[in-house]
Amino acid sequence: MNTPSNAIPGSPLESQVIAPAVITASRRMYWSVRRELWESRSIYLAPLAAAALFLFGFSISTIHLRDKMRAALALDPMRQHALIEQPYNLAALLIMFTTFIVGVFYCLDALHGERRDRGILFWKSLPVSDLTTVLSKASIPLVVLPLLTLAITVAAQFIMLLLSSVVLLGSGLSVATLWTQVSPFQMSLMLLYHLVTVHALWYAPIYGWLLLVSGWARRAAFLWAGLPLLAIGVVEKVAFNSSHFAAILGDRMGGGAEAVTAPGTVPMDPMTHLTPGHFLSSPGLWIGLAIAAAFLAAAVRLRRYREPI
Amino acid sequence: MACIEASSLRKAFGATVALDGVNLRVEEGRILGLIGPNGAGKTTALNAILGLTPYQGELKVLGRDPWTERDLLMRDVCFIADVAVLPRWIRVSQALDYVAGVHPRFDRAKAESFLARTTIRPASKVRELSKGMVAQLHLALVMAIDAKLLVLDEPTLGLDILYRKQFYDSLLNDYFDRRRTIVVTTHQVEEIQNVLTDVMFIHRGRIVFDCSMEQLESRYLEVMVHPEQLAGARALKPMHERQVFGRSILLFDAADRQQLAVLGDVRTPSIADLFVAVMGNQAGEAQGAAR
Repeated sequence: MNTPSNAIPGSPLESQVIAPAVITASRRMYWSVRRELWESRSIYLAPLAAAALFLFGFSISTIHLRDKMRAALALDPMRQHALIEQPYNLAALLIMFTTFIVGVFYCLDALHGERRDRGILFWKSLPVSDLTTVLSKASIPLVVLPLLTLAITVAAQFIMLLLSSVVLLGSGLSVATLWTQVSPFQMSLMLLYHLVTVHALWYAPIYGWLLLVSGWARRAAFLWAGLPLLAIGVVEKVAFNSSHFAAILGDRMGGGAEAVTAPGTVPMDPMTHLTPGHFLSSPGLWIGLAIAAAFLAAAVRLRRYREPI
Repeated sequence: MACIEASSLRKAFGATVALDGVNLRVEEGRILGLIGPNGAGKTTALNAILGLTPYQGELKVLGRDPWTERDLLMRDVCFIADVAVLPRWIRVSQALDYVAGVHPRFDRAKAESFLARTTIRPASKVRELSKGMVAQLHLALVMAIDAKLLVLDEPTLGLDILYRKQFYDSLLNDYFDRRRTIVVTTHQVEEIQNVLTDVMFIHRGRIVFDCSMEQLESRYLEVMVHPEQLAGARALKPMHERQVFGRSILLFDAADRQQLAVLGDVRTPSIADLFVAVMGNQAGEAQGAAR
Protein backbone atom coordinates (compact mmCIF):
# COMPACT_ATOMS: atom_id res chain seq x y z
CA MET A 1 0.00 0.00 0.00
CA ASN A 2 1.23 3.43 -0.79
CA THR A 3 1.74 6.02 1.86
CA PRO A 4 -0.44 9.07 1.26
CA SER A 5 2.55 11.32 0.61
CA ASN A 6 3.75 9.59 -2.53
CA ALA A 7 0.46 8.29 -3.90
CA ILE A 8 -1.20 10.49 -6.45
CA PRO A 9 -4.92 10.01 -5.98
CA GLY A 10 -6.94 9.36 -9.06
CA SER A 11 -3.99 8.86 -11.37
CA PRO A 12 -4.61 5.78 -13.49
CA LEU A 13 -1.15 6.06 -14.99
CA GLU A 14 0.59 5.59 -11.69
CA SER A 15 0.63 1.81 -12.04
CA GLN A 16 2.46 2.02 -15.36
CA VAL A 17 5.31 4.02 -13.94
CA ILE A 18 8.28 1.91 -13.04
CA ALA A 19 9.23 2.41 -9.42
CA PRO A 20 12.17 4.80 -9.49
CA ALA A 21 15.46 3.79 -7.95
CA VAL A 22 15.91 5.11 -4.44
CA ILE A 23 18.79 7.52 -4.20
CA THR A 24 20.03 8.19 -0.71
CA ALA A 25 21.38 11.50 0.51
CA SER A 26 24.83 10.00 0.93
CA ARG A 27 24.85 8.84 -2.69
CA ARG A 28 23.98 12.34 -3.89
CA MET A 29 26.78 13.64 -1.69
CA TYR A 30 29.23 11.10 -3.10
CA TRP A 31 28.49 12.07 -6.70
CA SER A 32 28.58 15.75 -5.86
CA VAL A 33 32.07 15.38 -4.37
CA ARG A 34 33.21 13.36 -7.37
CA ARG A 35 31.91 16.10 -9.61
CA GLU A 36 34.10 18.61 -7.76
CA LEU A 37 37.13 16.39 -8.34
CA TRP A 38 36.30 16.17 -12.06
CA GLU A 39 36.03 19.92 -12.30
CA SER A 40 39.01 20.93 -10.16
CA ARG A 41 41.69 18.43 -10.89
CA SER A 42 44.24 20.67 -9.16
CA ILE A 43 42.83 19.32 -5.89
CA TYR A 44 44.97 16.20 -6.36
CA LEU A 45 47.33 17.22 -9.15
CA ALA A 46 48.88 20.15 -7.25
CA PRO A 47 49.93 18.20 -4.12
CA LEU A 48 51.13 15.32 -6.33
CA ALA A 49 53.24 17.76 -8.32
CA ALA A 50 54.61 19.31 -5.10
CA ALA A 51 55.51 15.85 -3.81
CA ALA A 52 57.15 14.89 -7.10
CA LEU A 53 59.14 18.11 -7.11
CA PHE A 54 60.31 17.56 -3.57
CA LEU A 55 61.26 13.94 -4.25
CA PHE A 56 63.25 15.06 -7.28
CA GLY A 57 65.19 17.56 -5.16
CA PHE A 58 65.61 15.05 -2.37
CA SER A 59 66.97 12.34 -4.66
CA ILE A 60 69.66 14.77 -5.83
CA SER A 61 70.48 15.68 -2.21
CA THR A 62 71.19 12.01 -1.39
CA ILE A 63 74.60 12.51 -3.02
CA HIS A 64 75.63 14.14 0.23
CA LEU A 65 73.65 11.80 2.45
CA ARG A 66 76.73 9.78 3.48
CA ASP A 67 78.57 12.86 4.75
CA LYS A 68 75.45 14.16 6.41
CA MET A 69 74.87 10.92 8.30
CA ARG A 70 78.49 10.82 9.42
CA ALA A 71 78.14 14.39 10.71
CA ALA A 72 74.88 13.58 12.43
CA LEU A 73 76.35 10.60 14.25
CA ALA A 74 78.79 12.95 15.97
CA LEU A 75 75.99 15.15 17.36
CA ASP A 76 74.03 14.75 20.58
CA PRO A 77 70.74 12.84 20.24
CA MET A 78 68.53 15.94 20.24
CA ARG A 79 70.26 17.66 17.37
CA GLN A 80 70.84 14.38 15.58
CA HIS A 81 67.12 13.77 15.57
CA ALA A 82 66.37 17.29 14.32
CA LEU A 83 68.92 17.06 11.52
CA ILE A 84 67.85 13.67 10.22
CA GLU A 85 64.14 14.37 10.43
CA GLN A 86 64.38 17.80 8.84
CA PRO A 87 63.79 16.85 5.15
CA TYR A 88 60.78 14.71 6.14
CA ASN A 89 59.18 17.66 7.90
CA LEU A 90 60.00 19.89 4.98
CA ALA A 91 58.21 17.52 2.61
CA ALA A 92 55.11 17.59 4.82
CA LEU A 93 55.26 21.39 5.07
CA LEU A 94 55.55 21.85 1.32
CA ILE A 95 52.64 19.54 0.56
CA MET A 96 50.49 21.07 3.30
CA PHE A 97 51.24 24.56 2.04
CA THR A 98 50.30 23.49 -1.49
CA THR A 99 46.97 22.01 -0.45
CA PHE A 100 46.20 25.08 1.67
CA ILE A 101 46.70 27.34 -1.35
CA VAL A 102 44.67 24.94 -3.51
CA GLY A 103 41.90 24.99 -0.90
CA VAL A 104 41.81 28.80 -0.82
CA PHE A 105 41.57 29.17 -4.58
CA TYR A 106 39.15 26.26 -4.88
CA CYS A 107 36.78 27.87 -2.36
CA LEU A 108 36.95 31.28 -4.02
CA ASP A 109 35.84 29.76 -7.32
CA ALA A 110 33.52 27.01 -6.08
CA LEU A 111 30.25 28.96 -6.00
CA HIS A 112 31.42 31.71 -8.34
CA GLY A 113 32.40 29.64 -11.38
CA GLU A 114 29.08 27.81 -11.66
CA ARG A 115 27.22 31.14 -11.72
CA ARG A 116 29.68 32.73 -14.15
CA ASP A 117 29.38 29.96 -16.76
CA ARG A 118 25.64 29.55 -16.00
CA GLY A 119 26.26 25.86 -15.32
CA ILE A 120 24.27 26.41 -12.13
CA LEU A 121 21.15 26.25 -14.33
CA PHE A 122 22.08 22.69 -15.25
CA TRP A 123 22.98 21.65 -11.69
CA LYS A 124 19.75 23.14 -10.40
CA SER A 125 17.73 21.14 -12.94
CA LEU A 126 18.70 17.99 -11.04
CA PRO A 127 17.26 16.88 -7.72
CA VAL A 128 20.27 17.90 -5.64
CA SER A 129 19.53 20.46 -2.94
CA ASP A 130 21.52 23.64 -2.36
CA LEU A 131 22.52 22.25 1.03
CA THR A 132 24.01 19.11 -0.50
CA THR A 133 25.85 21.15 -3.13
CA VAL A 134 27.36 23.63 -0.66
CA LEU A 135 28.30 20.86 1.79
CA SER A 136 29.94 18.87 -1.00
CA LYS A 137 31.99 21.93 -1.91
CA ALA A 138 32.87 22.60 1.74
CA SER A 139 33.97 18.99 2.16
CA ILE A 140 36.80 19.52 -0.33
CA PRO A 141 38.93 21.76 1.94
CA LEU A 142 37.61 20.26 5.19
CA VAL A 143 37.82 16.53 4.42
CA VAL A 144 39.19 15.68 0.98
CA LEU A 145 42.26 17.93 0.98
CA PRO A 146 43.45 16.91 4.50
CA LEU A 147 43.05 13.22 3.59
CA LEU A 148 44.88 13.69 0.30
CA THR A 149 47.63 15.62 2.09
CA LEU A 150 48.02 12.77 4.55
CA ALA A 151 48.12 10.07 1.88
CA ILE A 152 50.51 11.91 -0.42
CA THR A 153 52.83 13.04 2.37
CA VAL A 154 53.03 9.59 3.94
CA ALA A 155 53.77 8.08 0.54
CA ALA A 156 56.44 10.71 -0.19
CA GLN A 157 58.08 10.25 3.20
CA PHE A 158 58.12 6.51 2.76
CA ILE A 159 59.78 6.85 -0.64
CA MET A 160 62.36 9.21 0.90
CA LEU A 161 63.08 6.70 3.65
CA LEU A 162 63.52 3.84 1.18
CA LEU A 163 65.72 5.95 -1.07
CA SER A 164 67.92 7.00 1.85
CA SER A 165 68.21 3.39 3.05
CA VAL A 166 69.32 2.20 -0.38
CA VAL A 167 71.91 4.98 -0.63
CA LEU A 168 73.24 4.31 2.88
CA LEU A 169 73.41 0.54 2.34
CA GLY A 170 75.16 1.15 -0.95
CA SER A 171 77.83 3.16 0.77
CA GLY A 172 78.27 0.59 3.50
CA LEU A 173 76.70 2.58 6.35
CA SER A 174 74.15 1.30 8.82
CA VAL A 175 70.51 2.34 8.40
CA ALA A 176 69.75 1.75 12.08
CA THR A 177 70.20 5.43 13.06
CA LEU A 178 67.99 6.57 10.21
CA TRP A 179 65.16 4.22 11.08
CA THR A 180 65.27 4.98 14.81
CA GLN A 181 65.28 8.74 14.26
CA VAL A 182 62.66 8.74 11.52
CA SER A 183 59.62 6.77 12.56
CA PRO A 184 57.09 6.66 9.69
CA PHE A 185 54.23 5.63 11.93
CA GLN A 186 54.79 8.39 14.45
CA MET A 187 55.26 10.98 11.73
CA SER A 188 51.97 9.97 10.08
CA LEU A 189 50.13 10.13 13.38
CA MET A 190 51.51 13.60 14.13
CA LEU A 191 50.58 14.73 10.64
CA LEU A 192 47.06 13.35 10.91
CA TYR A 193 46.60 15.14 14.23
CA HIS A 194 47.88 18.40 12.78
CA LEU A 195 45.68 18.12 9.69
CA VAL A 196 42.51 17.37 11.64
CA THR A 197 43.01 20.00 14.32
CA VAL A 198 44.50 22.85 12.32
CA HIS A 199 43.67 22.36 8.63
CA ALA A 200 40.15 21.05 9.04
CA LEU A 201 38.77 22.33 12.35
CA TRP A 202 40.76 25.48 13.06
CA TYR A 203 40.73 26.75 9.47
CA ALA A 204 37.03 25.89 8.92
CA PRO A 205 35.82 29.51 9.32
CA ILE A 206 38.41 30.67 6.76
CA TYR A 207 37.10 28.23 4.16
CA GLY A 208 33.50 29.05 5.13
CA TRP A 209 34.17 32.74 4.58
CA LEU A 210 35.79 32.11 1.20
CA LEU A 211 32.85 29.94 0.06
CA LEU A 212 30.39 32.60 1.15
CA VAL A 213 32.28 35.31 -0.74
CA SER A 214 32.45 33.15 -3.85
CA GLY A 215 28.67 32.70 -3.70
CA TRP A 216 28.12 36.40 -3.17
CA ALA A 217 30.62 38.30 -5.31
CA ARG A 218 29.73 39.08 -8.90
CA ARG A 219 33.37 39.48 -9.81
CA ALA A 220 36.80 39.71 -8.20
CA ALA A 221 35.95 37.24 -5.43
CA PHE A 222 39.59 37.32 -4.38
CA LEU A 223 39.45 41.03 -3.58
CA TRP A 224 36.10 40.75 -1.81
CA ALA A 225 37.54 38.02 0.38
CA GLY A 226 40.38 40.20 1.62
CA LEU A 227 39.38 43.85 1.41
CA PRO A 228 36.47 43.87 3.91
CA LEU A 229 38.72 42.25 6.52
CA LEU A 230 41.41 44.83 5.86
CA ALA A 231 38.80 47.59 6.06
CA ILE A 232 37.54 46.40 9.47
CA GLY A 233 41.11 46.29 10.75
CA VAL A 234 41.86 49.80 9.49
CA VAL A 235 38.62 51.26 10.87
CA GLU A 236 39.27 49.67 14.24
CA LYS A 237 42.81 51.06 14.29
CA VAL A 238 41.68 54.57 13.36
CA ALA A 239 38.61 54.67 15.59
CA PHE A 240 39.88 52.97 18.74
CA ASN A 241 43.60 52.77 18.09
CA SER A 242 43.42 49.06 18.85
CA SER A 243 44.06 46.01 16.70
CA HIS A 244 41.96 43.24 18.25
CA PHE A 245 40.45 42.24 14.92
CA ALA A 246 43.86 41.93 13.29
CA ALA A 247 45.04 39.89 16.28
CA ILE A 248 42.07 37.54 15.98
CA LEU A 249 42.73 37.08 12.26
CA GLY A 250 46.43 36.55 12.87
CA ASP A 251 45.69 33.95 15.52
CA ARG A 252 43.31 32.16 13.13
CA MET A 253 45.74 32.19 10.23
CA GLY A 254 48.63 31.17 12.45
CA GLY A 255 46.96 27.89 13.30
CA GLY A 256 45.51 26.58 16.53
CA ALA A 257 48.17 27.12 19.15
CA GLU A 258 45.98 25.16 21.56
CA ALA A 259 46.48 21.96 19.56
CA VAL A 260 50.08 21.56 20.76
CA THR A 261 52.09 22.82 23.71
CA ALA A 262 54.98 25.11 22.92
CA PRO A 263 58.00 22.96 22.08
CA GLY A 264 60.37 24.64 24.56
CA THR A 265 61.67 22.06 27.01
CA VAL A 266 61.22 19.20 24.63
CA PRO A 267 61.18 15.63 25.75
CA MET A 268 62.33 13.10 23.19
CA ASP A 269 58.86 11.79 22.43
CA PRO A 270 57.10 14.42 20.32
CA MET A 271 53.73 12.74 20.88
CA THR A 272 53.61 14.37 24.32
CA HIS A 273 53.21 17.72 22.59
CA LEU A 274 49.75 16.78 21.44
CA THR A 275 47.10 18.15 23.74
CA PRO A 276 43.74 17.24 22.23
CA GLY A 277 41.94 17.85 25.52
CA HIS A 278 43.26 21.36 25.70
CA PHE A 279 42.41 21.95 22.04
CA LEU A 280 38.86 20.62 22.30
CA SER A 281 38.14 22.72 25.36
CA SER A 282 39.40 25.98 23.84
CA PRO A 283 36.58 28.43 23.14
CA GLY A 284 38.38 29.66 19.99
CA LEU A 285 37.77 26.29 18.31
CA TRP A 286 34.04 26.24 19.00
CA ILE A 287 33.48 29.89 18.20
CA GLY A 288 35.31 29.33 14.92
CA LEU A 289 33.21 26.28 14.08
CA ALA A 290 30.00 28.16 14.87
CA ILE A 291 31.10 31.00 12.58
CA ALA A 292 32.01 28.49 9.86
CA ALA A 293 28.53 26.92 10.15
CA ALA A 294 26.93 30.38 9.91
CA PHE A 295 28.97 31.21 6.79
CA LEU A 296 27.96 27.93 5.15
CA ALA A 297 24.29 28.43 6.02
CA ALA A 298 24.47 31.89 4.45
CA ALA A 299 26.13 30.40 1.36
CA VAL A 300 23.29 27.84 1.03
CA ARG A 301 20.71 30.61 1.31
CA LEU A 302 22.50 32.76 -1.25
CA ARG A 303 22.66 29.91 -3.75
CA ARG A 304 18.93 29.40 -3.28
CA TYR A 305 17.99 33.04 -3.84
CA ARG A 306 20.64 34.27 -6.24
CA GLU A 307 20.21 34.31 -9.99
CA PRO A 308 23.20 33.34 -12.11
CA ILE A 309 25.50 36.22 -13.01
CA MET B 1 -5.23 17.39 -12.48
CA ALA B 2 -3.66 20.62 -13.60
CA CYS B 3 0.07 20.37 -14.05
CA ILE B 4 0.65 24.07 -13.45
CA GLU B 5 -1.81 26.38 -11.76
CA ALA B 6 -1.03 30.02 -11.05
CA SER B 7 -3.19 32.85 -9.85
CA SER B 8 -2.18 36.47 -9.29
CA LEU B 9 1.46 35.56 -9.66
CA ARG B 10 3.60 38.64 -9.06
CA LYS B 11 7.30 39.27 -9.10
CA ALA B 12 9.14 42.58 -9.09
CA PHE B 13 12.84 43.34 -9.32
CA GLY B 14 13.07 46.69 -7.59
CA ALA B 15 10.82 49.05 -9.55
CA THR B 16 10.60 46.70 -12.54
CA VAL B 17 7.53 44.50 -12.48
CA ALA B 18 8.37 41.24 -14.23
CA LEU B 19 5.13 39.40 -13.47
CA ASP B 20 2.03 41.49 -12.96
CA GLY B 21 -0.70 39.16 -11.78
CA VAL B 22 -0.26 36.13 -14.01
CA ASN B 23 -3.12 33.64 -14.05
CA LEU B 24 -2.60 30.44 -15.94
CA ARG B 25 -3.55 26.80 -15.93
CA VAL B 26 -1.78 24.08 -17.85
CA GLU B 27 -3.39 20.64 -17.92
CA GLU B 28 -1.37 17.45 -17.91
CA GLY B 29 -0.38 16.10 -21.31
CA ARG B 30 -0.24 19.46 -23.08
CA ILE B 31 2.57 21.12 -25.00
CA LEU B 32 2.35 24.81 -24.23
CA GLY B 33 4.18 27.50 -26.13
CA LEU B 34 4.76 30.60 -24.04
CA ILE B 35 5.43 33.39 -26.50
CA GLY B 36 6.37 36.96 -25.74
CA PRO B 37 8.68 39.79 -26.69
CA ASN B 38 12.01 40.24 -24.92
CA GLY B 39 11.55 41.29 -21.32
CA ALA B 40 7.90 40.24 -21.25
CA GLY B 41 8.43 38.01 -18.21
CA LYS B 42 8.75 34.59 -19.87
CA THR B 43 11.91 33.57 -18.09
CA THR B 44 10.73 34.98 -14.78
CA ALA B 45 7.51 32.98 -15.08
CA LEU B 46 9.46 29.80 -15.85
CA ASN B 47 11.88 30.49 -12.98
CA ALA B 48 8.93 30.80 -10.60
CA ILE B 49 7.47 27.51 -11.92
CA LEU B 50 10.86 25.83 -11.43
CA GLY B 51 11.30 27.17 -7.90
CA LEU B 52 14.34 29.19 -8.90
CA THR B 53 12.94 32.47 -7.70
CA PRO B 54 10.57 33.51 -4.89
CA TYR B 55 7.27 35.14 -5.91
CA GLN B 56 4.01 36.50 -4.58
CA GLY B 57 0.66 34.90 -5.30
CA GLU B 58 -0.53 31.33 -5.68
CA LEU B 59 1.43 28.79 -7.66
CA LYS B 60 1.16 25.01 -7.71
CA VAL B 61 3.22 22.75 -9.94
CA LEU B 62 2.20 19.07 -9.89
CA GLY B 63 0.31 19.96 -6.73
CA ARG B 64 3.37 21.32 -4.96
CA ASP B 65 4.60 24.78 -4.05
CA PRO B 66 7.71 25.10 -6.22
CA TRP B 67 9.55 27.48 -3.87
CA THR B 68 9.11 25.63 -0.58
CA GLU B 69 9.04 22.09 -1.99
CA ARG B 70 11.65 22.54 -4.70
CA ASP B 71 13.87 19.61 -3.73
CA LEU B 72 10.97 17.16 -3.98
CA LEU B 73 9.52 18.77 -7.08
CA MET B 74 12.75 18.45 -9.05
CA ARG B 75 12.39 14.67 -9.06
CA ASP B 76 9.40 15.08 -11.38
CA VAL B 77 10.39 18.23 -13.23
CA CYS B 78 13.20 18.72 -15.66
CA PHE B 79 14.32 21.78 -17.54
CA ILE B 80 16.67 23.18 -20.12
CA ALA B 81 16.99 26.76 -18.97
CA ASP B 82 19.03 28.02 -21.87
CA VAL B 83 21.33 26.70 -24.54
CA ALA B 84 24.88 26.04 -23.41
CA VAL B 85 24.45 25.71 -19.67
CA LEU B 86 26.22 22.37 -19.61
CA PRO B 87 29.55 23.06 -17.90
CA ARG B 88 32.34 23.19 -20.44
CA TRP B 89 34.76 21.06 -18.45
CA ILE B 90 32.54 18.00 -18.12
CA ARG B 91 32.99 14.90 -20.25
CA VAL B 92 29.99 13.27 -21.88
CA SER B 93 30.57 10.09 -19.88
CA GLN B 94 30.90 12.09 -16.66
CA ALA B 95 27.63 13.91 -17.34
CA LEU B 96 25.92 10.52 -17.76
CA ASP B 97 27.58 9.17 -14.59
CA TYR B 98 26.57 12.19 -12.57
CA VAL B 99 22.93 12.33 -13.65
CA ALA B 100 22.63 8.56 -13.17
CA GLY B 101 24.17 9.02 -9.73
CA VAL B 102 21.77 11.67 -8.47
CA HIS B 103 18.54 11.25 -10.43
CA PRO B 104 16.17 8.43 -9.44
CA ARG B 105 14.28 8.56 -12.74
CA PHE B 106 17.22 8.63 -15.14
CA ASP B 107 17.45 5.80 -17.66
CA ARG B 108 21.08 5.69 -18.68
CA ALA B 109 20.58 3.15 -21.48
CA LYS B 110 18.03 5.44 -23.09
CA ALA B 111 20.41 8.40 -23.03
CA GLU B 112 23.21 6.27 -24.46
CA SER B 113 21.09 4.93 -27.28
CA PHE B 114 20.07 8.48 -28.17
CA LEU B 115 23.70 9.62 -28.13
CA ALA B 116 24.68 6.64 -30.29
CA ARG B 117 22.61 8.15 -33.08
CA THR B 118 24.70 11.33 -32.95
CA THR B 119 28.38 11.93 -33.60
CA ILE B 120 29.04 12.72 -29.93
CA ARG B 121 31.75 10.54 -28.41
CA PRO B 122 31.57 9.62 -24.68
CA ALA B 123 35.14 10.77 -24.05
CA SER B 124 34.58 14.25 -25.46
CA LYS B 125 34.45 17.26 -23.24
CA VAL B 126 31.57 19.69 -23.68
CA ARG B 127 34.02 22.43 -24.71
CA GLU B 128 35.04 20.28 -27.69
CA LEU B 129 31.47 19.92 -28.96
CA SER B 130 29.71 22.28 -31.35
CA LYS B 131 26.76 24.27 -30.09
CA GLY B 132 24.34 21.93 -31.81
CA MET B 133 26.01 18.88 -30.29
CA VAL B 134 25.80 20.40 -26.81
CA ALA B 135 22.07 20.87 -27.34
CA GLN B 136 21.82 17.23 -28.48
CA LEU B 137 23.69 16.07 -25.39
CA HIS B 138 21.48 18.11 -23.10
CA LEU B 139 18.37 16.79 -24.81
CA ALA B 140 19.67 13.21 -24.50
CA LEU B 141 20.16 13.69 -20.75
CA VAL B 142 16.76 15.30 -20.29
CA MET B 143 14.81 12.85 -22.45
CA ALA B 144 16.18 9.92 -20.49
CA ILE B 145 14.63 11.35 -17.33
CA ASP B 146 11.11 10.12 -16.74
CA ALA B 147 9.77 13.53 -15.69
CA LYS B 148 6.17 14.68 -15.54
CA LEU B 149 6.95 18.24 -16.58
CA LEU B 150 9.64 19.42 -18.95
CA VAL B 151 10.37 23.14 -19.24
CA LEU B 152 12.37 24.45 -22.19
CA ASP B 153 13.47 28.09 -22.23
CA GLU B 154 14.81 29.01 -25.67
CA PRO B 155 16.27 25.51 -26.09
CA THR B 156 17.34 26.02 -29.70
CA LEU B 157 18.61 29.61 -29.63
CA GLY B 158 21.57 30.03 -31.93
CA LEU B 159 21.31 26.56 -33.48
CA ASP B 160 21.06 26.10 -37.23
CA ILE B 161 17.81 24.97 -38.80
CA LEU B 162 18.82 21.30 -39.07
CA TYR B 163 19.55 21.00 -35.37
CA ARG B 164 16.41 22.96 -34.48
CA LYS B 165 14.19 20.69 -36.53
CA GLN B 166 15.87 17.56 -35.23
CA PHE B 167 15.49 18.85 -31.66
CA TYR B 168 11.71 19.14 -31.88
CA ASP B 169 11.36 15.94 -33.90
CA SER B 170 13.20 14.00 -31.20
CA LEU B 171 11.11 15.63 -28.53
CA LEU B 172 7.86 14.66 -30.21
CA ASN B 173 8.79 11.20 -31.44
CA ASP B 174 10.97 9.89 -28.65
CA TYR B 175 9.78 11.75 -25.60
CA PHE B 176 6.26 13.11 -25.65
CA ASP B 177 3.69 10.46 -24.77
CA ARG B 178 0.55 12.48 -23.98
CA ARG B 179 0.90 12.19 -20.22
CA ARG B 180 3.94 14.36 -19.86
CA THR B 181 3.59 18.11 -20.02
CA ILE B 182 5.98 20.36 -21.90
CA VAL B 183 6.28 24.13 -21.61
CA VAL B 184 8.47 25.83 -24.19
CA THR B 185 9.43 29.43 -24.88
CA THR B 186 11.05 30.42 -28.13
CA HIS B 187 11.33 33.22 -30.63
CA GLN B 188 11.24 30.81 -33.56
CA VAL B 189 7.48 30.55 -33.35
CA GLU B 190 6.78 29.21 -36.83
CA GLU B 191 8.92 26.15 -36.27
CA ILE B 192 6.99 24.95 -33.25
CA GLN B 193 3.50 25.79 -34.48
CA ASN B 194 2.84 22.16 -35.39
CA VAL B 195 4.36 20.90 -32.17
CA LEU B 196 2.17 22.82 -29.74
CA THR B 197 -1.23 21.93 -28.34
CA ASP B 198 -1.66 25.27 -26.58
CA VAL B 199 -0.30 28.75 -26.94
CA MET B 200 -0.08 31.70 -24.58
CA PHE B 201 1.21 35.20 -25.24
CA ILE B 202 2.80 37.08 -22.40
CA HIS B 203 3.29 40.84 -22.51
CA ARG B 204 4.50 43.18 -19.77
CA GLY B 205 4.15 40.49 -17.14
CA ARG B 206 0.59 39.52 -18.06
CA ILE B 207 -0.93 36.68 -20.04
CA VAL B 208 -2.68 38.52 -22.87
CA PHE B 209 -3.69 35.52 -24.98
CA ASP B 210 -4.44 31.94 -24.01
CA CYS B 211 -5.81 29.47 -26.53
CA SER B 212 -5.56 25.82 -27.55
CA MET B 213 -4.43 25.10 -31.09
CA GLU B 214 -7.85 23.59 -31.99
CA GLN B 215 -9.54 26.75 -30.77
CA LEU B 216 -7.06 28.85 -32.63
CA GLU B 217 -7.79 27.08 -35.86
CA SER B 218 -11.56 27.34 -35.52
CA ARG B 219 -11.70 30.85 -34.13
CA TYR B 220 -9.13 32.95 -36.00
CA LEU B 221 -9.17 33.45 -39.73
CA GLU B 222 -6.95 35.42 -42.03
CA VAL B 223 -8.18 36.77 -45.34
CA MET B 224 -6.14 38.05 -48.24
CA VAL B 225 -8.77 40.50 -49.37
CA HIS B 226 -9.49 41.33 -53.03
CA PRO B 227 -8.76 45.07 -53.41
CA GLU B 228 -12.34 45.85 -54.44
CA GLN B 229 -13.68 44.14 -51.27
CA LEU B 230 -11.44 46.02 -48.86
CA ALA B 231 -14.02 48.52 -47.57
CA GLY B 232 -16.55 45.76 -46.96
CA ALA B 233 -13.95 43.63 -45.21
CA ARG B 234 -12.87 46.48 -42.94
CA ALA B 235 -16.51 46.98 -41.95
CA LEU B 236 -16.42 43.52 -40.35
CA LYS B 237 -13.98 44.89 -37.76
CA PRO B 238 -10.80 42.87 -38.25
CA MET B 239 -8.52 42.72 -35.24
CA HIS B 240 -5.48 43.45 -37.40
CA GLU B 241 -4.55 44.51 -40.89
CA ARG B 242 -1.23 44.24 -42.70
CA GLN B 243 0.04 44.66 -46.24
CA VAL B 244 1.89 41.98 -48.17
CA PHE B 245 2.91 42.66 -51.80
CA GLY B 246 0.33 45.43 -52.00
CA ARG B 247 -2.48 43.13 -50.88
CA SER B 248 -4.23 43.64 -47.55
CA ILE B 249 -4.38 40.74 -45.16
CA LEU B 250 -7.03 41.09 -42.50
CA LEU B 251 -7.18 38.98 -39.36
CA PHE B 252 -10.59 38.21 -37.87
CA ASP B 253 -11.59 36.87 -34.50
CA ALA B 254 -14.71 34.67 -34.46
CA ALA B 255 -15.93 35.63 -37.92
CA ASP B 256 -18.06 33.54 -40.25
CA ARG B 257 -15.82 31.62 -42.65
CA GLN B 258 -18.34 31.64 -45.50
CA GLN B 259 -18.88 35.36 -45.18
CA LEU B 260 -15.13 35.88 -45.35
CA ALA B 261 -14.66 33.53 -48.31
CA VAL B 262 -16.51 36.03 -50.48
CA LEU B 263 -13.94 38.70 -49.63
CA GLY B 264 -10.83 36.79 -50.59
CA ASP B 265 -8.64 33.77 -49.80
CA VAL B 266 -9.28 32.50 -46.26
CA ARG B 267 -6.73 30.58 -44.20
CA THR B 268 -5.72 29.90 -40.61
CA PRO B 269 -3.24 32.50 -39.39
CA SER B 270 0.18 31.48 -38.19
CA ILE B 271 0.99 31.97 -34.52
CA ALA B 272 3.50 34.60 -35.57
CA ASP B 273 0.85 36.66 -37.39
CA LEU B 274 -1.55 36.28 -34.52
CA PHE B 275 1.19 37.32 -32.13
CA VAL B 276 1.91 40.47 -34.10
CA ALA B 277 -1.81 41.26 -34.19
CA VAL B 278 -2.33 40.73 -30.46
CA MET B 279 0.84 42.63 -29.54
CA GLY B 280 -0.09 45.48 -31.88
CA ASN B 281 -3.45 45.81 -30.17
CA GLN B 282 -1.76 45.68 -26.78
CA ALA B 283 0.55 48.53 -27.76
CA GLY B 284 -2.43 50.50 -29.06
CA GLU B 285 -4.32 49.98 -25.81
CA ALA B 286 -1.30 51.01 -23.81
CA GLN B 287 -0.99 54.21 -25.86
CA GLY B 288 -4.70 54.85 -25.50
CA ALA B 289 -4.39 54.40 -21.74
CA ALA B 290 -1.44 56.78 -21.67
CA ARG B 291 -3.52 59.47 -23.32
